[in-house]
Amino acid sequence: MSGTLQWRSVGKTYGSVVACRNVDLVLSAGEVHALVGENGAGKSTLLSLAGGEASPDTGAVSVDGDEASGPWTPTVAMANGIGLVHQHFMLIPPMSVVENVVLGREPRKGLGLDLEKAAGELTALAARVGWTVDPWAKVSSLSVGQQQRVEILKVLWRGARFLLLDEPTAVLTPSEVGPLFEVLRRLAAEGVAVAIVTHKVDEVVHVADRVTVMRHGEVVARLEAPLTAAEIARAIVGREPLPPPQVPRPQGQGGGLVVRGLRVGRALGPVDLAIAPGEVLGIAGVLGNGQTELVLALAGLAPDALGEVTLGERPLDPRGGAAAAARAGVSHIAEDRLERGVVREFSVADNYLLGHQRRLAPSGWLDFGALDAEVSAALEAYDVRPRDASAPIRSLSGGTQQKVVVARELSRPGLRLLIAAQPTRGVDVGAMERIHEAIAAAASRGAAVVLVTSDLHELRALSHRVAVMYAGRIVDTMDVSDASDLRLGAAMTGAR
Amino acid sequence: MTTALLVAFVLAVFRISVPYVLAAVGGTLSERAGVVALGLEGMLLTGAFCAAVGAEAGGPAVGALAGAMGGAGVGVILAACVVYGRADGVVVGVAINLIALGGTRVAMQYVWQSASSSPTIPGLSGGWAGAAGLAALAVSGVAAAALTRTAWGLRVRAVGEHPAAATSLGIDVAQLRFGAVALSGALAGLGGAWLALDNHGFVDRMSGGRGYIALAAVIMGRWHPGFAALAAVCFAATEAAQLQLQAVVSGGAREFIQMLPYLLTLVALAGVLGRSRPPAALGRNV
Repeated sequence: MSGTLQWRSVGKTYGSVVACRNVDLVLSAGEVHALVGENGAGKSTLLSLAGGEASPDTGAVSVDGDEASGPWTPTVAMANGIGLVHQHFMLIPPMSVVENVVLGREPRKGLGLDLEKAAGELTALAARVGWTVDPWAKVSSLSVGQQQRVEILKVLWRGARFLLLDEPTAVLTPSEVGPLFEVLRRLAAEGVAVAIVTHKVDEVVHVADRVTVMRHGEVVARLEAPLTAAEIARAIVGREPLPPPQVPRPQGQGGGLVVRGLRVGRALGPVDLAIAPGEVLGIAGVLGNGQTELVLALAGLAPDALGEVTLGERPLDPRGGAAAAARAGVSHIAEDRLERGVVREFSVADNYLLGHQRRLAPSGWLDFGALDAEVSAALEAYDVRPRDASAPIRSLSGGTQQKVVVARELSRPGLRLLIAAQPTRGVDVGAMERIHEAIAAAASRGAAVVLVTSDLHELRALSHRVAVMYAGRIVDTMDVSDASDLRLGAAMTGAR
Repeated sequence: MTTALLVAFVLAVFRISVPYVLAAVGGTLSERAGVVALGLEGMLLTGAFCAAVGAEAGGPAVGALAGAMGGAGVGVILAACVVYGRADGVVVGVAINLIALGGTRVAMQYVWQSASSSPTIPGLSGGWAGAAGLAALAVSGVAAAALTRTAWGLRVRAVGEHPAAATSLGIDVAQLRFGAVALSGALAGLGGAWLALDNHGFVDRMSGGRGYIALAAVIMGRWHPGFAALAAVCFAATEAAQLQLQAVVSGGAREFIQMLPYLLTLVALAGVLGRSRPPAALGRNV
């Protein structure tokens, strides 16, 4: 069979975790094939097996029906036309675009590099796909969306016929997703085989011809267009999806969060806002319009913040540090999990302990019994798999790590303010339901909630009111029932 | 009188700068590949010792070659521990420096039956200082060109910044790092050879901390071979100035002047001259 990439009964185990078991899958030229499933279902493993970054314990990967005779290394995979685009980009920030593209396959002229030739080829290739790139720009100066284009061009320049993308949309803003899908469809029409891993069911419906659904390392469903979102969601979780949680409207006023004239450098402010106890305020806006600074200031992490913040009628210093904020009853689900949410090298239990170390060490010595009991209960409640508190957190998938973070932040006694920044980014449908329930539960226990999200479904499902940020200010605030696409869109682009 | 002083000064700068420049260029290559260049001191010292042995047996050219090979040998040992043994580069570097110190002392006993110095060996006359200084600067230019304009250089930089990305493109990270560290050893060893040949003999502790100052030059030169060489020349110039001023001043001022090169190193390392960004994967094993 020419133009096919085939996984034949592949199985792979990492330690005691079965990543995939006996998976058969064929990816054919001209199709866009979506791999969906919960975090840790084995989707990314399939891609790394094809890319030669891991070798299967059982079975094999073959291209055009021929199994490779030697070991299946990244070099061999590339030579066979496999182009793997990682979720965390494999780009070298201080180098130029063209240097990143040619690395490992450098065109030479005499003793030196022939970057001009490669730059020309790259520009032509980009134009064919419908992009413009500056081959001489430094990668560090590019936006995330542009970096992703470089990643895709990098593998196409190497002659990829099988384009494998691991969660390509997790890092994109909603407005960047559509154009990416257009390009993927165009490549498929030219005869490239495209496989994408994603958690977003709407995207699958939009872009894919075929869908393979995985759960616990096995293929549980194979679906073909025409696809419906409900059908896919059902196949992923193995049951009917839950309705969004109901967050009761807050009754009492006063005592919540009040912010007056908050500024952070030139990026934020002045911002005024008030959130009653039990109220969820959704913050919408294009990334980089001050949301990050607002979140950091409320969490006590903006050393250059100015302004007045009161929580439960007591002042809260936005420059006071995370510990002071936590004592005042602030919990923070950080936007960048790896940067602020977890310590990658720590175990699940140690990550859970962060911020609870005083409470769990009443005598000065850590009470490991209490810690174990709490962590086990949390793993159970959030269905964290594997239920192993001593596993290093980096061995868990992103969504599972996020569940641990949410469990930690919501278990703080005396919670008055929950700041949830992109709480379900890169998280599967099941985990998303769990996290939404937890946020709703925090609000119904009387916490004021700030929800910053670029997912409009999530925004509407959880918020009572919606505030839109543009250029560091809140430009529009509305009841959630008034938050139409039109009104949000106008405010997000600064048209109001 | 003034002109004569100036010529003497410039020649002294050239003479002193040779080991600094060569070690700094070598250190830059090693660090750009992601391996901490703390072993430069041991490479210089071993290079000087091997050069003295070689020159005694076959003249200055053989000495220079032996020095480079001795330094490369130290580089190979360091790289084997750090790259293939996944040991910490700082710890191995310090260990290498201490071993070189003791090792050359022990070897001196065997070779020359002396604990402190070699007999006089065929070396290079003072007239070579200008040529050697310019040659060292030329080496830094070649290294800069290799790093930015060749496939090898591109790969070295990639390996020092993001080894996982390089691996995903089929590049052998360990092999490149091994080569870069061995090359840095050869360059530093050549610098050590100059010390022995210029002095017409090997002396205990001959490197005298020059490897550490070369490492400071690497940082001050922001991990660019050309700038690192310039920083190395700056250090050489302060040292030369100190030597000349020592003759004319006395009292506490003399001690202060002796301190100048080290003060400059401290100032450079504290980032007073602007912060710079080291290779992202420096010191991180894969």
